[in-house]
Amino acid sequence: MWGGLRPAVGGADFVEIEAKTIRLLMTKLAESYPKLEPLIEDGVAVSINGTIYQDDWSKIIPTDAEIYLLPRIEGG
Amino acid sequence: MGIDTPMKDRVFKSVGTRPTRPDGIDKVTGRARYGADFNMPGQLHGSILRSPHAHASIKSIDTTKAEKLKGVKAVVTSKDFKTKGITDPDLLDIIDNCMASKTAYYDGHAVAAVAAVDAKTARAALKLIKVVYKKLKHVTDVDEAMSPGAPLINKKCFTQGVEPAPTKASNIAVRSEFGHGNVSEGFQQADIVIKRTYKTGQSHQGYIEPHACVASISPDGSGEMWVCTQGHFVFRQQCAEILGLDAAKLRVTSSEIGGGFGGKTHLWLEPVALLLSRKANRPVKLVMSREDVFRASGPTSTTSIDVKMGVTKDGVITAAEAELRYASGPYAGAWASYGAMTSFACYDLKNVKTVGLDILVNRPKTTAYRAPSAPMAAFAVESMIDELADRIDMDAIDLRIKNAAKEGTRSSYGPVYGPIGIGATLDAAKKHPHMKAPLGPNQGRGMACGFWFNFGGQSCTDLNISPDGTATLTFGTIDVGGARASMSLVVAEELGIPYDKVKAVIADTGSLGHNEMTDGSRGTFASSMSAIRSCRLAIDDMRQRAATMWDIDLDDVTWENGHAHAGGSSGSNHAPLSIADIAARAHKTGGPIAGHAQIVADGAGVSFATHICDIEVDPDTGQTRVVRYTVIQDAGKAVHPTYVEGQFQGGAAQGIGWALNEEYIYGKDGRLENPGFLDYRIPVCSDLPMIDTQILEIPNPNHPYGIRGVGETSIVPPLAAIGNAVSNATHVRMTQVPMSAPRILSAIHANKDSD
Repeated sequence: MWGGLRPAVGGADFVEIEAKTIRLLMTKLAESYPKLEPLIEDGVAVSINGTIYQDDWSKIIPTDAEIYLLPRIEGG
Repeated sequence: MGIDTPMKDRVFKSVGTRPTRPDGIDKVTGRARYGADFNMPGQLHGSILRSPHAHASIKSIDTTKAEKLKGVKAVVTSKDFKTKGITDPDLLDIIDNCMASKTAYYDGHAVAAVAAVDAKTARAALKLIKVVYKKLKHVTDVDEAMSPGAPLINKKCFTQGVEPAPTKASNIAVRSEFGHGNVSEGFQQADIVIKRTYKTGQSHQGYIEPHACVASISPDGSGEMWVCTQGHFVFRQQCAEILGLDAAKLRVTSSEIGGGFGGKTHLWLEPVALLLSRKANRPVKLVMSREDVFRASGPTSTTSIDVKMGVTKDGVITAAEAELRYASGPYAGAWASYGAMTSFACYDLKNVKTVGLDILVNRPKTTAYRAPSAPMAAFAVESMIDELADRIDMDAIDLRIKNAAKEGTRSSYGPVYGPIGIGATLDAAKKHPHMKAPLGPNQGRGMACGFWFNFGGQSCTDLNISPDGTATLTFGTIDVGGARASMSLVVAEELGIPYDKVKAVIADTGSLGHNEMTDGSRGTFASSMSAIRSCRLAIDDMRQRAATMWDIDLDDVTWENGHAHAGGSSGSNHAPLSIADIAARAHKTGGPIAGHAQIVADGAGVSFATHICDIEVDPDTGQTRVVRYTVIQDAGKAVHPTYVEGQFQGGAAQGIGWALNEEYIYGKDGRLENPGFLDYRIPVCSDLPMIDTQILEIPNPNHPYGIRGVGETSIVPPLAAIGNAVSNATHVRMTQVPMSAPRILSAIHANKDSD
C-alpha cells in the first residue's frame, strides 16, 4: 500500500487480507485496521495486477493477484 | 454478442472515420449557447466583491447601505452559507473559497455578492459595502511558505500523512510518499549522480469562456441552474449539499463549454448565484470577468522540485529520488501526491523514492489542469534524464529506451504494470523522420516522455429508437472536445446504421442517473462503454420485436449489420428486418424501443506519450521560436481520429505556452499583477507550427472497442521537451519554467560569465 496508508497499519507496507471482491477487501481492512476506515472513506483506489479500479467495488479479485492500494486520482 | 463482450479483432465501419461534428455549425456561426447566453424572465445581475489584500482578517462587513440602494434585491456574505451539519472538509473548503468567512486568503477572494436589476446598480452596490480588514503577512512563494518564520495561513493545518501527527501547525498540509527499493544503495551503484532543483510557475488553464451561470430558486425550494461546467451532475450534488436542497429538486443544465481543462471541475461562483436567487426570489445571472477568472478560479500549482538520479556508464539508472513541493492555494490538496506518483512512472527503477508536499500559500485555490501535477514533475525528471544521457555520452532516446518501464515492471507509484505503451511511443519516436531532420543555426531538438493514469467512473445513458428508425443517445458527460461526434460514431457502429441517423444529446440532471464529470480522460472511455451497453440492450429488444413480427422463437433471430435475420428451422424464408422496419411496427409489438444502461467504468488503463520538438533561440535576446513539434501517443482505439489529434495538439499547445510564457506574477504586496491575456500571454496561432501527431492504437483490453482516454497525457511532456530543446540550442541547462526570453538570456549570460 502507498505511504499515506502505512501510518494507519503500524508502518507496514504490506498486510494480509482474504477477500473475493474489492468491497470485501475494504470491509475487512476497515475491520482489521480501524484507522484505515476514514482514509478509505476519503478515497482509495485499488490496483489489481496493474489495472486501477476507483469505483467498481464489485470487481472479483483473482487468486494470486497483486493488490495495491493507491490514492484516488482526480483528473482535469 | 453479449452486453459486455470485450474487443477481439473487431473490424470497424463507423468508428475510426472522420465525419463532421454535429455541433460544429452552431459553434462556428454563433448559434451555440454558452454559459452567459442563457436568460430567464425577471433575471437579476449578480456581482461579487473581492478582497484587495493577499491575506487579511475580515473584522466586519456592513452591507446596510448596499441593501438600501434602489434596485438591489439581495446581498450575500458568508453568514448566508449555513454550514452546520456539513462535515466534508473538501466541501467546507469549497464554501469558504466561494465566500470568505473569517479570512481573505488571497487577492481576489470573494467577500460579498449583490444581485440587482442591472449591472450598473450592482457595481454601485458593491462600492457601498464596507469591509473592515486587518492585513496579515502573506506568502506566495512555495519554498518561502515552508521556511521558519513564514506567515501561518491556517492555524489548524497539521500536516496529514505523518505519524505521529504533528502538534505544531505549519503550511505543509499533506505529505505523501511512494517508492520501493533502497535509494542509498542505488546511488552507490551509480557512476554519475546528479542533483538539481527545478521550479515551475503557476499557470492557468486559459479557457476562452469565463465561468458563468444562471440560477433560479423557487419559493417551494426547488431550483434550476444553467451553467458552464465540466460536470453538471457533480455540480448539482455539491450545490444541493451546500444549500440544503434535495438533489432531485435542483435541475442543472450544462451549456456549451468554451474550454475547461480541469478548471471547470470545481465550484467557483455557482452556490453564490443560487443563494442570491433564493434570497431575492428571482433568477440571477453571475458571470466572471477575465480578471476574476485569473484572480479567483483555480490555476495549477507553482512548484519547487528536488531531483536526484544516478546512472551507470552503460546507461542503467540505479536510483531516483525526488521531493516535490506543490502550492495548493490556501486549502489542502492532493496535488503533490500526483506529482510524486507520476514523476518516475515511465521508468523501470529498482530503487526509487518520491515525497510530495502540498503547501499552503496566499494564492487562489489550486485545481486540476489536464493531467494534474504531472507536467511539472515530468519537467524535472525528463530534464535530468537528458542531462544524465549527456554526461555518459549516450543518446537521450536510447537512455530512455534502455530504462523504459514494461510489462512486469514495478511502477514507481506501487503496482506492477500489465501491458503498457511507453516502449511503443519511444520506438515510434526513434523511427520518426522528425528525429533525423537537420537543424538550423541556433536550433536545438528536445524530447520528453509523459505519463498519466486516466480513469472511468459512473456513467448513465439512454438509447431511444424513433419511429423512423433513427436513434437518439442521451448521455450525461459534457461535450468538451467532440463527445457528441464520438458517441454518435459508437452508436452507429453498434446498431449498424449511418452516422447521420444518430443524434447524441447531453441530458440535464433530471433526465439521467448520476454521471461523473468530463475529466480524467474519461468522457469517451466511460460514456462509450455505457452507450454500447445501451445499444446492445436495444438490439436485444429489437430481436424480440422481430421474433414477434415473424411469430418465431427469439433464439431463431440473429442481429447482423443493423438488421434482424430469421434463422433456424422456423423462419429461414423471412427477409431481414431493418431497424426502420422494426421501429415502424413498434406500436404493435410493445411500444417504444429503448436501451437504458448504468455502469461504473473502470480499467481505463494508464497512458504514455513521447514528444519531440525543435526550438530556435535568438542568442542576443533569448527569444524562442517553436520550429517543429511532434506528439506520439497511445489512444487505444481512436473513435474519431481528428478529435484525438486535436486533443494531442491542444495539450501540446497549452504545454508550449506554459513552458515559454505563462506565469502568475505577484507583486511584493501579494497582488496578482497580470490578470489578463495581455500580460498573461497564451500562445496564439502565429506562435505555433503545425503540431504533427502520430496516433498509436494499442487496444485497451478493458473496453469493448479498445478505447482509452486521450485528453490529458498530451500536456505532460511539453515543458520538459521544450526545456531540453532550449538547453540543446543554448548549451545551458534550463531549470525554471516559464523559459521566457529574459530568463533564457540571463541563463546564457550567466553561463558565459562562468566560462
